[in-house]
Amino acid sequence: MTFRPGPPPPAPPARGNAAAAAPLTDGEWHRLHPLTPLLKGGIFLIVLLGYVLNSLRDQLVEFFVPGGGPRDDGDPVRYVYEHGAVGWVLLGVAVLLLVLLGLFTLSWRMHEFRVTGEIVEVRSGVLFRTNRKARLDRIQGINVSRPLVARVFGTARLEIAQAGNDANVQLAYLGARAADDLRQRILVLASGAKDDDAPGGHQRVSNGVLQDRVDEMFSPELDPAAVHATRVVKVHPGRLIASMLLSGATVFILLVVAAIVVSIALTGEYAVLFGLFPAVIGAGGYYVRKFSRSLQYTIAETRDGIRIGFGLVSTSNETLPPGRIHAVSVAQPLLWRPFGWWDVRINRATNAGNGASNNQQVSSILLPVGTAADVREVLDIVLPGLVGTAVVGPAASREELREGSSEAVDVVDDSLTTTGDRGGFVHSPRRGAWLRPFAFRRNGYRFVPGAVLLRLGAVWRSLVIVPLPRVQSVRVTQGPLDRVLRLATVHVQTVQGPVTARVGALDARDAQRLWAETAERAVAAAAADTSHRWREREARYTSGGHAAARHVDEPTTGASADVGTGPVPPSRAWDDVPPPGAAR
Amino acid sequence: MTPLERLDEPGLGLGGTTWHRVSPKLVWTELITTVVIGVVVTAGCVLIGVVSGGFVRPAGAIWSSVAIIVGVVALVTALLTPRRVRAIGYALRDDDLVLRRGLMWQRFTAVPYGRMQLVDVNRGPLDRLLGISELKFVTAAASTNVRVPGIPAADADELRDRLVELAESRRAGL
Repeated sequence: MTFRPGPPPPAPPARGNAAAAAPLTDGEWHRLHPLTPLLKGGIFLIVLLGYVLNSLRDQLVEFFVPGGGPRDDGDPVRYVYEHGAVGWVLLGVAVLLLVLLGLFTLSWRMHEFRVTGEIVEVRSGVLFRTNRKARLDRIQGINVSRPLVARVFGTARLEIAQAGNDANVQLAYLGARAADDLRQRILVLASGAKDDDAPGGHQRVSNGVLQDRVDEMFSPELDPAAVHATRVVKVHPGRLIASMLLSGATVFILLVVAAIVVSIALTGEYAVLFGLFPAVIGAGGYYVRKFSRSLQYTIAETRDGIRIGFGLVSTSNETLPPGRIHAVSVAQPLLWRPFGWWDVRINRATNAGNGASNNQQVSSILLPVGTAADVREVLDIVLPGLVGTAVVGPAASREELREGSSEAVDVVDDSLTTTGDRGGFVHSPRRGAWLRPFAFRRNGYRFVPGAVLLRLGAVWRSLVIVPLPRVQSVRVTQGPLDRVLRLATVHVQTVQGPVTARVGALDARDAQRLWAETAERAVAAAAADTSHRWREREARYTSGGHAAARHVDEPTTGASADVGTGPVPPSRAWDDVPPPGAAR
Repeated sequence: MTPLERLDEPGLGLGGTTWHRVSPKLVWTELITTVVIGVVVTAGCVLIGVVSGGFVRPAGAIWSSVAIIVGVVALVTALLTPRRVRAIGYALRDDDLVLRRGLMWQRFTAVPYGRMQLVDVNRGPLDRLLGISELKFVTAAASTNVRVPGIPAADADELRDRLVELAESRRAGL
């Protein structure tokens, strides 16, 4: 038994100007890009063509160099040629191709999608029909990926991540520009905003189809103007290589190499080297893959959330709307310590369905490597002002938010390397050294507006940030050993992911206080949170203010503003948290 | 020797909270489960111990010792069952559900109502015989795993409906 998500909207979903202006989000059914059958069936055709060409090779050689070459009776092409059945075979191949093309085209014709003010719906399948609807306010991220072949044809794959396992909605393939446009429209609709401020503000000038393709291939992955990016963090390729060489995998490989050298020196047996050949290729592949996926890595702040883009040949970029990040960890592997590098990982509600290992990186790593300054910038983008609710307020208060945020993020910056009471952390007592021999002075927690910070580890340092509106539950535990030492463990539970927010060996009183406060603040923060419709408040503000002149469809906007928010209990004011007014 | 400090209600800010205790019948379910598992495992170890030569040979001695340890642990667990069942409690606060469990391994879990995605009512064969149910709350976090065993069957359905209602009224995002 599940809970139904609120009452369904009574009338056909209300759409603002944004939807009216967008051809793909008008609520009607649309088909995918006409080249889709070719791209999806493309691999099959290439394999077939490769086989035929390979078989014809001898034939062609003989055609140009008569009389030479060994004869092979098993060759099907020669057999066909000598029995005068060329016409039949060609006909057969042509029919096969036509049938395949017909099937793919039929499948393409049956594959349709539509976007309304409330949902994205896809229906597909010829014999077995599939229909999938996704609510816009539950979107966890929208990914646009361009594999090499698709990129050559100017197409892209759009994937809408939903909470849950294998719950994604995939649209493959769309025109590259259509995909970008559709994503923007969906985000505008999902955000609850009434209006797209800059409808098609960025127009690319066409220089002919071929030139456009070439330009697109050589343009950088991120065009800040096109996505309304206000700030961009880039990962330097040199640092990326260095960070990968300084990883645990490298240490392991070096140990293996050392072991092999020693064993050869002792036994004089070289045969073991040949056995290792596949392993070498595997390791090389691992580095190349990891590297090529992280090239041109950018994290940009856009109006509708964070945009993470990467890739040189096959590119991919994903937009995460605000409030979709459930936990953040800033960690420092031991080998990176001399350089002061950190990586940032996040927990998300989506499990990036089909592509398993492929999409894993997209979903969990936010910053592969960066300095403390990069981390500060990224955290500021991810959790503006560390408020977590990350709802962009009206323009005026946005500056105030920035002001406040720089101070808050300084706190985060301090907490990366500090120990003891510095940074306002409550840390383990001296007797915590029994359980945390090195880290007891670092192991601690503190609250900041909208989030709880856990500072962990003295050797492998990390900082875990859990936005309070995303907390699922809180648990405090005390085992027998803890009890003897008067310690306790607190686990702030969030959706599954690489980040675990658990802090142990705290003084029992501190742990209980942390538990009680987190439980209370999480409830209040969730009640005040509006990030599932992240621009609705702004929209309401606009429509109440100077937008009345601009909008004629006032009743429509009012109706859609009420959808999705549900009854919001009055939020409590905390002492150290800005009141839930303009800042949120 | 410093006094042992347990997790307590004042420290957790649960001062005036009224705890709902679970049905004492749960003792029987827990006891039977513990005894059955304890007896089976102990018997298995004893059997292997005897086959490997009792206390005369080293292997037999090890298995016999394991049998004794398992037996003692099972016995202690069984003896503490009534107290452990008495330690289980839940409280419906204004905005969240608090669950407490455990004597040796104490744990308190708070789940905001708005975070509940699912409420399960489970009844095993023993539970059905005794007329009790287990309530399980599922949130978006897999690690939450909040289960309240030993609620009288009628109360369980009522509590489930109540919680569903509370969750509906406080629902927001994920």
